[in-house]
Amino acid sequence: MAFFNIFNIAGSGMSAQSVRLNTVASNLANADSVSSSAATAYKARYPVFQAIQTSLVTPGAAIDPTKGADASVKVADIVQSTAPGAARYEPGNPLADANGYVYSSNVNVVEQMADMISASRSYQNDVEVLETSKQLMLDTLKLGS
Amino acid sequence: MPLDLNTYLGIEPDALRVYSQRAEVLAANLANADTPGYQARDIDFRAALAAAGSEGGTLPPVTTSPQDIGGASSGAGGVSTEQFLKYRIPLAPALDGNTVDSQMEESQFAQNTVRFQATLTFLNNRFSELSTAITGQ
Repeated sequence: MAFFNIFNIAGSGMSAQSVRLNTVASNLANADSVSSSAATAYKARYPVFQAIQTSLVTPGAAIDPTKGADASVKVADIVQSTAPGAARYEPGNPLADANGYVYSSNVNVVEQMADMISASRSYQNDVEVLETSKQLMLDTLKLGS
Repeated sequence: MPLDLNTYLGIEPDALRVYSQRAEVLAANLANADTPGYQARDIDFRAALAAAGSEGGTLPPVTTSPQDIGGASSGAGGVSTEQFLKYRIPLAPALDGNTVDSQMEESQFAQNTVRFQATLTFLNNRFSELSTAITGQ
């Protein structure tokens, strides 16, 4: 029955969005972290979502519209942003390098907040789909009584 | 007069099946709302139900094993409505190639749910008619 698949699909969406929320939390928490070199400064992390057809064996294969209605989500990778972080002159900071500079993270806080709202909306959508499907299944079980 | 339960229930069981398949497609669209390159799909409901109306009145049964009547027709998953899957025409595709419009998918999902429940009500009425006839009360 197709409704059992919905649990898997919406569940995969929820876990993917929670990974995204996790990266947002990590990025926001480290927004003000500083480091003594540009290479070791915190870089913003982003999940890469990928659609997979659970009915097909090869994950990552292109979606074939004629094969299977299901397409769940998986987090294919977590990539680090390559945007440059700012260097600040703080000679009093114990982490400052020989020239007195500390290197801050490249996290864009406003972008992370927007990402957080988008992730939580998508998560709520998936929960709603799950709730509705569960109700429909229960109604079908009571058919004829 | 013998009563064929399949004829008596009419198209409702097939409609129920197509609705549940469509719910799955819409759920997949919503789950992939943030997946780059994902293209939203939907079931051509009219064609799917028209196919249910012809060919002896039912959708081809889902068979997963060669020992089933009719042999193994479709591969893993065995979804008999998959030939009616179509890509949506995007209204405003995102820069990352994603064509899911969350609001639209949500409203379609709600509509699909209401129709599913309506069909369930019709089926329930059929069954209660039948039990009225059986008990004679």
